[in-house]
Amino acid sequence: MTLVATPPQPSLAATVQQTLFVLGATHHRTPIQVREKLSLDPGALAALHETLSTIEGLDEFTMLSTCNRTEFYGVASSADTVPRLRRAFCERQNFSETEFTRYALQLEGPRALQHLFEVASGLDSQLVGETEIFGQLKDAYAAAHARRSTGPILNRVFQKAFQAAKHVRTHTAITEGQVSVANVAVELARDIFGQLNRTRVLLLGAGEIGEKTAKAFQSRGVTSLSVSSRRLGRAMELASELRAFALPFWLAPAKLPEFDIVVCATAAPSTVVATAAVAAAMHRRAAQPLFLIDLALPRDVEPPVADLPNVYLYNLDDLATIAEANRHSREAEVAKCRELLRNRSETLWSHLRPRLESRSAA
Amino acid sequence: MSDREWLWIAGELYLVGFLLGTWSLWRGGRPSTVLIHCLIAGGYVLQLVGLYLRGVAVGGCPLGNTFELFQFTAWSATTFYLITGVSFRSSILGYFTACLAAVLTLSSLAIPTWDAVRRANLFGGNPWIEFHAALALFSYGAFALLTLTAFMLLLRDHSLKHKHLGGWFSFLPPLTDLDQISTRLLAVGTALMTASLAVGAVYWVSAPHTVNLAKLMMTVGVWAAYCVTSLLRAKGLLVSRRFAWACIVVFVIALLSLGPVDSSRHALPPKPQGPTTEASAR
Repeated sequence: MTLVATPPQPSLAATVQQTLFVLGATHHRTPIQVREKLSLDPGALAALHETLSTIEGLDEFTMLSTCNRTEFYGVASSADTVPRLRRAFCERQNFSETEFTRYALQLEGPRALQHLFEVASGLDSQLVGETEIFGQLKDAYAAAHARRSTGPILNRVFQKAFQAAKHVRTHTAITEGQVSVANVAVELARDIFGQLNRTRVLLLGAGEIGEKTAKAFQSRGVTSLSVSSRRLGRAMELASELRAFALPFWLAPAKLPEFDIVVCATAAPSTVVATAAVAAAMHRRAAQPLFLIDLALPRDVEPPVADLPNVYLYNLDDLATIAEANRHSREAEVAKCRELLRNRSETLWSHLRPRLESRSAA
Repeated sequence: MSDREWLWIAGELYLVGFLLGTWSLWRGGRPSTVLIHCLIAGGYVLQLVGLYLRGVAVGGCPLGNTFELFQFTAWSATTFYLITGVSFRSSILGYFTACLAAVLTLSSLAIPTWDAVRRANLFGGNPWIEFHAALALFSYGAFALLTLTAFMLLLRDHSLKHKHLGGWFSFLPPLTDLDQISTRLLAVGTALMTASLAVGAVYWVSAPHTVNLAKLMMTVGVWAAYCVTSLLRAKGLLVSRRFAWACIVVFVIALLSLGPVDSSRHALPPKPQGPTTEASAR
């Protein structure tokens, strides 16, 4: 979806006094240094809620603030409600209103509805199809609901948005395939071992990429994690942070048969996992597969290891290629998702519009 | 409705399951587990009705000709799928099972000569021989399903080794799940075949001249092959691809052995009364 900083739709603004709107700034048009200034932490959200509650004509509202977007969804019953909200927000953030207008996304009526549906479904996210935004949107709505800033319109709109997101996730491939290297590695491990809660993971190297991958494994249920590094102190430090075990580096080859997944991410100038060591390990665990993830550059694992039976070796290039292919697959699904969401948003809007008109008439 | 009509409908349900799965895969989607499971379950029930009617008509287990052997094997394989399918939620396994059941059921129905003649007094009125034959065929059902899971294991291994993870490879179950289910099916099939041979052996010991030696050798050979495979797998000496290939090759040999076994049965002179020379339905 191409987001344009547009003025309110004149037709709707002129004929319907009360309307649904979205105002905000997203990663599409707003650079990160600006998004940083516009983002709201929980304390700021609570304070801003107090301010916005006093704005005349702002009948209902919900605030969403993530690393990629700060947005306000609301129901306004007068034409100057949205400008007032914008002013209040910019004052609160100590940000130029003129500059904000340059980056801002402002949509009304069915376009706002379609936008919300796309946000909930992950179509508007930087990583298309990611599902974290769904939870963030749910939290934002729950917070607004708890503060009683939502009403019959937003309650219905958000419930329908969540339903639409679930529908899209179920009936399209928009969330299929991971798009980050760490998550691709985890997904591959699941292709080999199924549930990961009983697998034992060894992390060789205590660098950032290894740490990220280890955390990705832990988030998918891995409970047995060991960290091994040439610097035992660093290994112990990371192990403590990850609630894992530290293993002396020299002991790692001998302990290899005890692990199902080995994440190699050292800064060693040459290979640290030899074919002979893996072959010896597989002799002791022949019936159980071994998954080796080589994230190091230069590589940590000797390439002939890949030829051993029941051993699966993936290096950084392999994982990046899979992530890229998944990204393309997701993007190919976007048009299909939009069509599904458009049908739903149009149906909802046809029900909402008379209610908005009757409320404004009242 | 006649037994064959029930079996035709059952075969068509299996075929619909296979075609729907093919259609889903062709469109890049995952076959519906629930739909395929329901179609197979429906086919299974109808096949059971058909086999029951045939059994009532012939007054025993319907294992009297090639048509009945194929029908019974398809039904056995489907039984194991329905048992394992509950815990092993794989639409792809259902898809392959639907394919196997459709091929066995419909091909045997489509070849009239396979059902033109039926050996009378097949088990000589001895229920133990009938039980032995049914167990043997039932173990073939387990081994047929094992062949499917072994084939899936090979596909999964290939996809992981060669980094071909997209398309319908992504619908395959995890490698360790496939290995586990294959190992269990091998154990169940081997146990059933062992029980079948044990029951048959009791009869053979009392009347050794009634059993054709070639048939006996074939049967024991197939059983021994599965026992060795089980043993090597348990010892961790036959794993991964080699295990999968072994399961497939042994099943192919077992199927091929059916021909000589069947012809050896025809070669024996018919006995109008008492136990026949059939120690097995194989």
